[in-house]
Amino acid sequence: MTQRTRNFLLLAPAGAWFLLMLVVPLSVVLVFSFGERGAAGGYVPAFTLEQYANLPARWAAFRNTLFLAPVGTLSALLIAYPLAYFLAVRVSAKWKMLLLVLVIVPFWTSILIRSYAWIFLLGGKGIPALIEFIGFPAIRLINTPFSVLVGIVYGYLPLMVFPIFVSLDRLDKRLLEASSDLGAKPWPTFLQITLPLSIPGIATGCMLVFILLMGEYLIPAILGGGKVFFVGNALVDLFLQSRNWAFGSAVAVTLIVVMLATVTVYMRFMARLSANRDDVSLI
Amino acid sequence: MTKQPDYISKQKFMAELYRYKRGSVTRRHFLNVTGLGAASTVLGAAIPGLTAGPAAAGDIGDRAVLATWPNYHDPENFDAFTEATGAHVQVNVFGSNEEMLAKLQAGATGWDVFVPTNYTITTYVGEDLIEPLDTSLLPNYDPAAYDTRFAEAGSVDGKLYAVPKNYGTTGYAVNTAHTGGTEMTSWKQFFDMTMDSFSGRTMVHDYQLTTIGNALKYFGYSFNSVDQAELADAEKLLIDVKPHLFAISSDYQPSMRNGDAWMTMCWSGDGKQLNTDIPEIAYVLGREGGEIWSDYYAIPKGAPHREAAYALINFLLDPAVNAKEVLFHGYPSADAHTNALLPESLLNDPILYPAAELLTPLEFGAAVTLTDPNRAELMARFKSA
Repeated sequence: MTQRTRNFLLLAPAGAWFLLMLVVPLSVVLVFSFGERGAAGGYVPAFTLEQYANLPARWAAFRNTLFLAPVGTLSALLIAYPLAYFLAVRVSAKWKMLLLVLVIVPFWTSILIRSYAWIFLLGGKGIPALIEFIGFPAIRLINTPFSVLVGIVYGYLPLMVFPIFVSLDRLDKRLLEASSDLGAKPWPTFLQITLPLSIPGIATGCMLVFILLMGEYLIPAILGGGKVFFVGNALVDLFLQSRNWAFGSAVAVTLIVVMLATVTVYMRFMARLSANRDDVSLI
Repeated sequence: MTKQPDYISKQKFMAELYRYKRGSVTRRHFLNVTGLGAASTVLGAAIPGLTAGPAAAGDIGDRAVLATWPNYHDPENFDAFTEATGAHVQVNVFGSNEEMLAKLQAGATGWDVFVPTNYTITTYVGEDLIEPLDTSLLPNYDPAAYDTRFAEAGSVDGKLYAVPKNYGTTGYAVNTAHTGGTEMTSWKQFFDMTMDSFSGRTMVHDYQLTTIGNALKYFGYSFNSVDQAELADAEKLLIDVKPHLFAISSDYQPSMRNGDAWMTMCWSGDGKQLNTDIPEIAYVLGREGGEIWSDYYAIPKGAPHREAAYALINFLLDPAVNAKEVLFHGYPSADAHTNALLPESLLNDPILYPAAELLTPLEFGAAVTLTDPNRAELMARFKSA
């Protein structure tokens, strides 16, 4: 067997998977997006740009998504970073494994069940009742953009924690000692050494969370009370309720394009940011 | 047929009532949200080698595959069917009519019997997905025992395609502890109160058929209207109401139960469950009208076990069996023979069996109402407003 054949055989399963599960379905979506809706729903073959011309009808959904996805990603980052830092730098090896497992444990339960739990925590008899009991005025938490944000940060936190944890865990502690020896206080050391070296982890975590948030529909549906409307929710309605597959496909294609564009810009930016720091590694 | 009790005591009825499978619509909603609807539950052995049927087995095959809604049948009835015929009932559970339609359009479902709702039947016939029923194979179906509108909705162009299973209404549930003594009787009050003393406490369905339909009733228009001007009125009302809504969701039982929501659009089965557990929650049918719906039994074209399909439908239409079904799922039957076997307390229940003057103005949802693109777009504008 030549090297060539062997390579081919080794790559064949992944290639076939890629073709069957990604290229073919996406091509179908692309073809459908130029079609028309059947009288009873579904898809009728056609070649028209009508569906794309109709996109402004879902502008509000895109606007909400493009607002909440970055805000959700940043919130998750702000909460995940100190946690990852604590796990990677402050905790002894003995406790590290246990605490890491605790971060993963929620993943063993479906996100749907966990989101339902938040309905009761944020509902009138949950946290608001506690706040009122303490003596503050009653507030409404459930079915607001805030409750969606809580659900998002909660749901995606582990995806943000792990990449950052890995980058901080691999950080060469001698760099920190060197910084300290040269007279830097802890805060400048963090800003000049730790933070820049963890940028690859931040970049990966943010991208993972951001991409998933762009397609999110479950959390807004459950914790937003259906009043917070994302592109994901628009798609679910188009395919499962009004069964307008042609328009749904056009919205899906547009979402993919928007996402590709955003992620490309983001990756260029991050690559430049971390490329400047390449010289900071010790051998 | 088999040994079925033909009498149910009051105590037994009340016990059954409390045993209602809680939140069947909630579960439908759950299935929709998760996409788990396609996942199927298998009752009875699906493996032919393991089925030890009685001597009669073989006549109708070893199984009947039923696509239905969650908690919609008494499993004991299926056991009795197997005992009588040797055929096992294999159950697939679904979350929505749209999902069922999509499955049948894709073809080769393997279903023998399914339970479409009234407004989808003409669509199935139009798409050539279901077969006309041979009434000689359904001796238990007696059209004369049904109110004509139930029997008629199962027929298209004079041909019978579906027979009624059970029906229900769409009204609203209101927690009377918060109404200050006002008697709630209309859709006008539903929306006006929402924009006033019930602000932040009302829920509407995440379903265009009922949410838009009931907003149309506010103005006295038809529940099924697709008239542009009438829909524009309904849209204005819904957009005005939206800031005052607690949620747009078909999963309203949890919020009504824990007190976050005070009023919600509501299907009669849920209304009964809420009222049984929390008596101050009343179920109201708007006096302007609204929706009445009915589910049907139908047989898809190319059903693999056609004889078993007829046998199963006929068995489930047997009044004694059907009465057990009604007590299990808690939705009323339109069949007079079945109702004759049900306890008075159930037949007099104002939520399940509403008074005739409230039922009369109710409309069946129409196929065009469900598929109208303008209503779908209106709903999207409402939800994203």
